[in-house]
Amino acid sequence: MSNNPTLAANVAESEFLTFTLGDEQYGLNIMSVKEIRGYEAVTRIANAPEFIKGVINLRGEIVPIVDLRIKFKVGKATYDDFTIVIVLQVKQRMVGIVVDAVSDVLKLQNQEIRPAPEFGVAFDSKYLLGLAALEDRMVILVDIEELITRNELALFDEQAMAKMI
Amino acid sequence: MSIDMSQFHQVFIEESNEHLDTMEHLLLELDLQQPDQEALHSIFRAAHSIKGGSGIFGFDALTSMTHVMENMLDKARQGQYQLAKDDIDLLLRSVDLLRLLLTQYQAQETPDWQAVEQGTEALEARLNVSQSEPDQGFGLFSKPELSQPEAFGFFEPLEPEQAGATATQTETEQDQGFGFFDAVDDAPSEHQQAEASSVEAALGEASQPEEGSQGAARHALESQINDLLCEDLTPTEADPNAPASKASPVSAETNQAQTVANSPQPRASAAVVPPTQPSAKRVPEAKTGSSKPSSGIKATTENKVKIKPSSESVEASSIRVDTHKVDSLVNLVGELVITQSMLAVLGKELQGPMAERLQTALAELERNTREIQEGVMSIRMLPMSFVFNRFPRVVRDLADKLEKQVDLVIEGGQTEIDKSLIEKLVDPLTHLVRNSIDHGIETPEERRQQGKNLRGKITLSARQQSGNIVISIRDDGAGLNAERILAKAAEQGIALPDNPTDSQIWNLIFAPGFSTAAEVTDVSGRGVGMDVVRRNIQSLGGRVEIESQQGQGSEIIINLPLTLAILDGMALSVSQQTFILPLVNIVESIQPSQEQLKHIANDQLLWLRDSYWPIVPLYQVMNLPDAIEDPAKGILVLIESSKSKFAILVDDLLGQQQVVIKSLEQNYRRVPGVAGATIMGDGSVALILDVESLAQKANQTVHPKEVA
Repeated sequence: MSNNPTLAANVAESEFLTFTLGDEQYGLNIMSVKEIRGYEAVTRIANAPEFIKGVINLRGEIVPIVDLRIKFKVGKATYDDFTIVIVLQVKQRMVGIVVDAVSDVLKLQNQEIRPAPEFGVAFDSKYLLGLAALEDRMVILVDIEELITRNELALFDEQAMAKMI
Repeated sequence: MSIDMSQFHQVFIEESNEHLDTMEHLLLELDLQQPDQEALHSIFRAAHSIKGGSGIFGFDALTSMTHVMENMLDKARQGQYQLAKDDIDLLLRSVDLLRLLLTQYQAQETPDWQAVEQGTEALEARLNVSQSEPDQGFGLFSKPELSQPEAFGFFEPLEPEQAGATATQTETEQDQGFGFFDAVDDAPSEHQQAEASSVEAALGEASQPEEGSQGAARHALESQINDLLCEDLTPTEADPNAPASKASPVSAETNQAQTVANSPQPRASAAVVPPTQPSAKRVPEAKTGSSKPSSGIKATTENKVKIKPSSESVEASSIRVDTHKVDSLVNLVGELVITQSMLAVLGKELQGPMAERLQTALAELERNTREIQEGVMSIRMLPMSFVFNRFPRVVRDLADKLEKQVDLVIEGGQTEIDKSLIEKLVDPLTHLVRNSIDHGIETPEERRQQGKNLRGKITLSARQQSGNIVISIRDDGAGLNAERILAKAAEQGIALPDNPTDSQIWNLIFAPGFSTAAEVTDVSGRGVGMDVVRRNIQSLGGRVEIESQQGQGSEIIINLPLTLAILDGMALSVSQQTFILPLVNIVESIQPSQEQLKHIANDQLLWLRDSYWPIVPLYQVMNLPDAIEDPAKGILVLIESSKSKFAILVDDLLGQQQVVIKSLEQNYRRVPGVAGATIMGDGSVALILDVESLAQKANQTVHPKEVA
């Protein structure tokens, strides 16, 4: 596994893992994805924001779980056997994000990615890489690394954040 | 053949630091009237090894410095020069300088040449002054051409033949690329010859390809030497005129090379595992290759073993391992423990004839896991002497400076403690020892007036006591002055109970900004010390206590857990969620009766044995629904933290267990009230409560109202 997401950008072709939140299709750079697993019981953390579901034990590491549906107010935050957690690794840190479903992996040429609109999407446009039209559907490409390192998800302390940027 | 030498820098720097520690240690212990010959040899060898290594790596500042130190030491060990106290001071300062240079080289900074110049000049000045008639062999040592041209001026008035010798010498050195050359010294010491011959013999043995297996051994030895000493050695090997100078660097320079020398002899090589990967593979090869060592080799190696100082044989039976490797091993074993307890939980659910067999196997697994865990944890343990050994120097320097006479006694240096704790203990202990010398021990004059021994005594001791390490710093000085502390506390407006107990008074010195020293010196008196000491110790999960008797001395006692990685905890539950509370803080748990519960406004208190315990409901702190809210129906766990006493309300107690502490901050952030997390037997995560921050919670809720 390569930890270098820019590698993909250099060859003018990137791979995106697409997932659904509510009715929308999203994609994130597959280089950040560590694994995909089913949703399991979490240990709640006191006084954390609502979208932080808690922490799980991932082979001995304590990994926080964020529900993007709550954070970005898309769809309904329900948890069943089909709820999916995508475990991401960004800058040596692991975080799991809860999504409704994972669809497939998209290979996109750079010219296929169009700039994101300023509005109309749940994510702030500074966290978007762009849009990709695919046959009849539209995929919103999320800059997940930016989303996490900017601490939009409140995943770490200020000092730790200063170190990351 | 070019090999990146920088990969060996770290090894060299670590080894050099060890050599410096040895030198310092031996210098401090040296009896000036009757210097121990073996100690002098060891000091010389340490300097020599550093010089050798620094020459290879081109660390010229180190080479110049050790070179002049070597001159003095060599004369001292040959009885041509009597070391005085000033010399020891000078040598100790040189050791400090070498340390500085090492850190500079490590950080890839330019070495402080000016300091080196001053250092070498000072040493040479001493040597020249006390040397009424210059020694014949002295000229041979003046070889700073390679490293430091400026210093060369000192040796200009050389006699022609000496100068000639120097020139030739320098030439050979440049050929070899080595910065040392004792074997050409006109009076090489016995042990060097012995070492040299042993290596020679080993090489000789290996280079006689009698059988196929011998050839393999030879190949292994040669490639290993090449690996370790790089291309510089190859021309030397080919040079038949300098066999001694070839062997000497090999034996003096690295342990690895010694392993090479020893490897034909199975007994010796078994004890030595070279730190580098390639040699680890090759040694066994060489061993089998020469399973029948010639008697000649045996003789030389045995001879050598006799000469070896004890410190070296200790070194030979240990290996240097990257701490990250050990840490990841500790983590993995933590995983194993968790997996094992998950299996145990699963095994209990199984029914039928297989269940019993499975239970037996699981019990076996549990025992083995526990043993592995203990074994791995013990790798991280280091003897306290790692910290203690620095103090003879601290005490000596400070006592000199303050014109006091102080003896230092160290007890229990073999007590083992986790490595991560060791590093964090150095500063607090240094502070406490300095305090003892500065505030505790009186001047010789004062001591004489009080009929005490003129020499003060400081005892540093460490011992293990039921899962804890107890470290104490005891002095026989003046002891704490209660009146002065109370006066100072009043002056600074620190609140005090009406009739303070001794320990309450002593604890005042931990208050920030507290100092009873009459004047601020550069040693102490700024009052930033004791609160930092206490905070450091507390951050390690320890406690500090003071005992003092006026006129008799005082003792600071530090209680520390054995390790930071594992915690004895009590598992408790609040609304389906499990928490762990450190066992050290728990006083007792009770189910209170309604009569014991009192109310102040919205806060509840527990009245137990004549004191009030504020109640902190954990479900409130952790913001959990559906918990037991009436203390009379739940369980109160009484807690004693360093700041206060209080009770935590929980639903139920689940039992006592050892947990492996995991960091929450690794992937998440600090959470108030939570010290970390751990993984329970069923694989779920439980949070470890932070008693100190819960204590703050207790203080917040109750104290303001008490005041009102």
